[in-house]
Amino acid sequence: MSVKSILGTAALAVGLASAATAQDDPLKVGFIYVGPIGDGGWTYEHNEGRLAVEEHFGDQVETVYQESVPEGADAERAITQMALQGADLIFTTSFGYMDPTINVAQKFPDVKFEHATGYKRADNVSTYSARFYEGRAVQGYIAGQMTETNKIGYIGSFPIPEVIRGINSAYLAAKEVNPDVEFNVVWAYTWFDPAKEADAAQALIEQGADVILQHTDSTAPQAAAEKAGDVYTFGQASDMAEYKPAPRISSIIDNWAPYYIDRVQAVMDGTWESTDTWGGIGTGMVGIGEITDAVPADVKEGALALKERIGSGEYHPFTGPINRQDGSQWLAEGETATDETLLGMDFYVEGLEGEIPN
Amino acid sequence: MDLSAINPVILVASLMVASTPILLAAIGELVVEKSGVLNLGVEGMMITGAICGFAIAVETGSPTLGFIAAALGGALLSLIFGVLTQVLLSNQVATGLALTLFGLGISALLGQGYIGIKPPATPRIDLGPLSDLPVVGRILFSHDLMVYVSLALVAGVWAFLRYTRGGLILRAVGESHDAAHALGYKVILIRLAAIAFGGACAGLGGAYLSLVRVPQWTEGMTAGAGWIALAIVVFAGWRAWGVLLGAYLFGGVTVLQLNLQAAGMAIPVEVLSMSPYLITILVLVIMSADRRRAAMGAPASLGRVFHASS
Repeated sequence: MSVKSILGTAALAVGLASAATAQDDPLKVGFIYVGPIGDGGWTYEHNEGRLAVEEHFGDQVETVYQESVPEGADAERAITQMALQGADLIFTTSFGYMDPTINVAQKFPDVKFEHATGYKRADNVSTYSARFYEGRAVQGYIAGQMTETNKIGYIGSFPIPEVIRGINSAYLAAKEVNPDVEFNVVWAYTWFDPAKEADAAQALIEQGADVILQHTDSTAPQAAAEKAGDVYTFGQASDMAEYKPAPRISSIIDNWAPYYIDRVQAVMDGTWESTDTWGGIGTGMVGIGEITDAVPADVKEGALALKERIGSGEYHPFTGPINRQDGSQWLAEGETATDETLLGMDFYVEGLEGEIPN
Repeated sequence: MDLSAINPVILVASLMVASTPILLAAIGELVVEKSGVLNLGVEGMMITGAICGFAIAVETGSPTLGFIAAALGGALLSLIFGVLTQVLLSNQVATGLALTLFGLGISALLGQGYIGIKPPATPRIDLGPLSDLPVVGRILFSHDLMVYVSLALVAGVWAFLRYTRGGLILRAVGESHDAAHALGYKVILIRLAAIAFGGACAGLGGAYLSLVRVPQWTEGMTAGAGWIALAIVVFAGWRAWGVLLGAYLFGGVTVLQLNLQAAGMAIPVEVLSMSPYLITILVLVIMSADRRRAAMGAPASLGRVFHASS
């Protein structure tokens, strides 16, 4: 970008700010994505949310987005640029954008920011996330009964609370229905790298895992499972329906559209406030994709009943008694986990093997 | 920890598969750099090859045609770079980087209609009784054609550069384009041919990803493999067998570390995750520690602009 156009956009931003966004201007909503929108998973669903905003508000909004923004220093540049281009509301849709979002928000007090899956807020920064662990419990319930080798492979991305929560939740649910079940966790240290995800799935399958859960964004593990045959997988973030009816036997679907529409409406009405939203199956932010016929009917029924109970709030996936990995007590009989401990979860529950990297 | 869960035979077989895309791209880049051209667009050519191969394989149902299309697509893209840098004398570094960006963009555009589609399966070659041999059969004689093609390419490039007149001319162009020009060799044509070869190899590497290793099309699916290929050429001291070693080391340690993690090895995951990069660089640096030989490896005219009048 030339100096001239930088000055141009800066002047435009100043102009917009001083004009205090005249009423007939469309609201400019920006999105920062961690992967390409064609990843078929995480970023794909966020983009579906963006499209829903466009459809809902029509001419009243203008949306911009940037794909494949690396987590780290470069994210700050990308977010700053979006704010300079006059965005009024910016959604930063990955955990690693947390500090960059806070930093940029300080420099643009008039711009509203929404950071997904983080825990740092400010007057103009909200956070939002979905209770993926509720969906993980349903997955674990199915996985525990589908495995014949009693080995379940789990492809983790980064050792952050969100991912650890998912592993614990899936494990507890699987253990409940199959006491012999074992989890093998592989950390890929990436959200999106199809080749590496395929290799990780391959390694797990070669070591005897016959059900693969993933917390990475591409459909590569599904393809690897299909090639191996007799291996079951679950769609992650998106339905990944092209791998139905097997290896993909169900999925967790993130549905961001209602939240995005709400928040854009709030900015338009001037009622936007910094909030912390954590929606689950009950609010529809987490959906369970179709459970295919590869799953026996009684298991499917049980999974749907579990989903129902979680959605209605009758059952919490982390209900005591639960011990930590080292054997110390975490939750007493009948006690449920608080959101606070869940948000900072950095330990495995009893029965899981291996260590969480720092 | 349960190391017995790792089957060394399957491990070696899967490391060969995991390494093939990088190996193909790196061996092509080796030839390009030997001719004195630095093409940083490997990543872009790989991903273009990945989508060209994928699209044609899906449309025709033939993986072989897919691979041919991938090689053509990669070569075509590389020729854009060739014309810009060799005929219009643009800066090679900047043009190469631009080629990567262009390749990522155009592949995303071409790939719009191919997300979520499954490609036709690439069959393993049936070598009859050879494939049934214990250990060796699984490691050496039960791969798909492209694994053998990549190995043949390494041997071919090595022999070409070392024993043939054509190889000598190519190296002469890379060492001193002025001298080669004075001797009457068509520097620009030779370099364009080398660039096209490099592009074709990178395209094949990309298609191997999208048709065999992953196998599906996703935007940005090469995820930096092209840059690894570039690094391997340098650390291998511009030697063909060094490139093979580097690529297999990188692919091997990547597969091994995932297997160790899955087996619950008590090594910190951070160490395992960086091990492919670290070990590959270390081994190749040690191998080319002999400074005189290493210096001989780098083509003297690498990255320099050639014009007949200068």
